[in-house]
Amino acid sequence: MTAVQKTRAEASAVGRRGAPPPGPAGGRPRPGRRRRTAALTPWLFLAVPLTLLLVFTYLPVADMVGYSFTDWDGTSPERSLVGGENYTDLVTRPQLFEVFLVSGFYLAASFVQIAVALYFATVLSFNTRFRNVFKGLLFFPYLVNGVAVGFVFLYFFQPDGTLDTLLRLVGVDGRHLWLGDPDLANPSLAGVSVWRFTGLNMVLFLGAIQSIPPHLYEAAQLDGANRWQQFRHIIAPGIKPVISLSFILAVSGSLAVFEIPYIMTGGANGTETFVIQTVKLAFQFDKVGLASASAVVLLVLILLITWVQRRLIPEERVELS
Amino acid sequence: MTADTADTAVPGRRPSRAGSTALSRTAVALKYLSLLLASAVVLVPLGVVLLTSLKTQTELADEGPLSLPDNWFHFANYTTAFEQGAMLGAFGNTTLILVVSTTGTVLIGSMTAYAVDRFQFRLKKLVMGLFLLAALVPGVTTQVATFQVIDGLGAFNTRWAPILLYTGTDIVSIYIFLQFIRSIPVSLDEAARIDGANSWTIYRKIIFPMLRPAIATVVIVKGIAIYNDFYVPFLYMPDPELGTISTALFRFKGPFGAHWETISAGTILVIVPTLVVFLAL
Repeated sequence: MTAVQKTRAEASAVGRRGAPPPGPAGGRPRPGRRRRTAALTPWLFLAVPLTLLLVFTYLPVADMVGYSFTDWDGTSPERSLVGGENYTDLVTRPQLFEVFLVSGFYLAASFVQIAVALYFATVLSFNTRFRNVFKGLLFFPYLVNGVAVGFVFLYFFQPDGTLDTLLRLVGVDGRHLWLGDPDLANPSLAGVSVWRFTGLNMVLFLGAIQSIPPHLYEAAQLDGANRWQQFRHIIAPGIKPVISLSFILAVSGSLAVFEIPYIMTGGANGTETFVIQTVKLAFQFDKVGLASASAVVLLVLILLITWVQRRLIPEERVELS
Repeated sequence: MTADTADTAVPGRRPSRAGSTALSRTAVALKYLSLLLASAVVLVPLGVVLLTSLKTQTELADEGPLSLPDNWFHFANYTTAFEQGAMLGAFGNTTLILVVSTTGTVLIGSMTAYAVDRFQFRLKKLVMGLFLLAALVPGVTTQVATFQVIDGLGAFNTRWAPILLYTGTDIVSIYIFLQFIRSIPVSLDEAARIDGANSWTIYRKIIFPMLRPAIATVVIVKGIAIYNDFYVPFLYMPDPELGTISTALFRFKGPFGAHWETISAGTILVIVPTLVVFLAL
């Protein structure tokens, strides 16, 4: 409301001068009031959304930073400031390194996931029979409830279960503890994550590929480019923003893994992730201070990654729907 | 497009040598093989669970996981899962939370978009910035402190906790509305204003109805997210009476321990509504 600001500025300027001009200012009180209500209107619409935003996003972040400097247990009325002790404690914990190592498995898995999704998105963007059936099938896992996914794969990975039986059919014998053996557990869980999220990546890539103007392919065909060359020189550069967005999301996503390992193994056998560790610290061991410090570290890491992404891909809009 | 010409089999359209057609035929075969393989990878784990849910306990003990059930209409496990697993209450809770939160999200998202897009006011940049920054804060990381806020409001262990969190922390739908509202011509607002409508009437009678496609998107995206969410109900509603689909299914882990036929039935019960919605859309 620049008009309102201008009248206000005029009014204050007039006020400062000390002499209220009698005529025009007193002559139109009603438009002034209407303008004031007009200035108020957006705030009426924003009141509830802003309150919710402040209470459930900014207040927790501020609180969390505050807790991270205390030794609070989450329930007792007393808490004392301990300075940066939680942070030094966190950095010197030997578990910390393990937790990030676990994230590495998910990161590696998401690279596999992006590659697979890219392949199927390319294949399905060209003429293919039953294209929509395949698209739907590959996307469906993303829609399935996380707990259901956990149970489906708990059963799949049972010793002598589905996977062992299938492997026996192709000649690989043996009874594997897919989730019990610390060497196998993380790759198995990361595999579940690939199963669950490849479809989402594929749909994102497909959307981007479809926005490439078709005449480019025709021109490439006339020049005798084969499928690989079309992919390499038209599709890959055309959907670069979405691909780099996927990589960034892969990094922050692999730091924030929680659901699948928590449901399937509860963090046992060396499958504990950063978030599982934080949740356990806060809600099982009542170390709210330490957990907050750990959450602050995660938050800073993720914000940092997002910032780097914004710097790398400036102003390129990516449609996610 | 070598693969395509082979696909649609248009002879003579391209004077290709015999060698290259053979090559493209292999390429097509490999393409369909990879698609079939991927479909199998998606379907086998789910299919096995479906088979298991139809088996009796003795069948499960005696035969391998890939064997077919003796009776394809053995639904006893589903009854057990539904009754003992408190699934009816869970479906009720999830539906209630889903309806209230989705309605709230739609109202809040559209109102925010209307206020931000259609008005010029002081601090507008700040407000936009606050919403933008909030989109970057991953909800998972702040739960430690959010828990204290919810607890302080007395919402812990009530249905209000998830409703407040789903409604209050959804920035994505605000963005969807904001994107969409820009395509609604401002001249409509102006025409209505000349006819004497106030801002509330414009929002209710013009903007909201015009936002229908965006509302549909938000309802679908939000609905699926709420139906599948595990974290929030697990953390904020430990009371078994307040189980949602996810937490009720998660609790199968304890009492049904090794009873995979019951767990499988519960899992299928949870997946079926998703499948129905997916096929309907």
